Amino acid sequence: MSLTVLYFAWVKEKVGTGEEQLSPPDNAKTVSDFIDWLETQSPAHASAFSDRNQIRVALDQLHVPFETDIGDAKEIAFFPPVTGGAW
Amino acid sequence: MIKVQSEPLNAGEEINTFLTSNPNSGGIATFIGQVRDFQEQGSGESASVAALELEHYPGMTEKELERISAEAQKRWTLDAVLVIHRHGRMSPGDTIVLVCTASTHRGDAFSACEFIMDWLKTQAPFWKREHSGTDSTWVDARESDGTRAKRWEKVD
Repeated sequence: MSLTVLYFAWVKEKVGTGEEQLSPPDNAKTVSDFIDWLETQSPAHASAFSDRNQIRVALDQLHVPFETDIGDAKEIAFFPPVTGGAW
Repeated sequence: MIKVQSEPLNAGEEINTFLTSNPNSGGIATFIGQVRDFQEQGSGESASVAALELEHYPGMTEKELERISAEAQKRWTLDAVLVIHRHGRMSPGDTIVLVCTASTHRGDAFSACEFIMDWLKTQAPFWKREHSGTDSTWVDARESDGTRAKRWEKVD
């Protein structure tokens, strides 16, 4: 299963890329499992996800909690809490 | 209507168009957010900001704004909703966001406009980076934005 993985803002800078195609193992069922696996991919990935409280996730462009099953999603995105403006 | 654009946003022109498109709405509320020329520091002091860069998630941004606008139309009686949000690099004083709501009476227009802004700030995938001199920093999420958005959570 190939998944489009997107990163934004400082998560993108830490990982070193904004987009990659990855094929996670079958036992990476939930978003949390997937992050566990991502962290083993490189020191840059490990550093980006070291504080998960600072990470938010979207599956197929919808906000979801970490316990969500990835299912047959095509796109997963990781980013910091949103900071639209200062009004 | 939802627009996400990198081009400058002329709030006056957009509001005029909105007014002429909704001649039968008795009440129009508008909110304009503009780029500030300072950033707040933890100590309560502020530093000047030369430019602001807003990164977003193309595709999801539009979907979230549509969702927020649809939710407002469900909760209040509205004739029309307009949300325009800029992304990319902006200077202090530039308009970054415009929200217009049209209704028969002012109550629904005011509430919906505020609701859209509060939700937009906690749900729409925008990330702000401030440039001052040679420094550039990602802005942290503010606790108060989450608190403001929570006011709108339904208790039923």
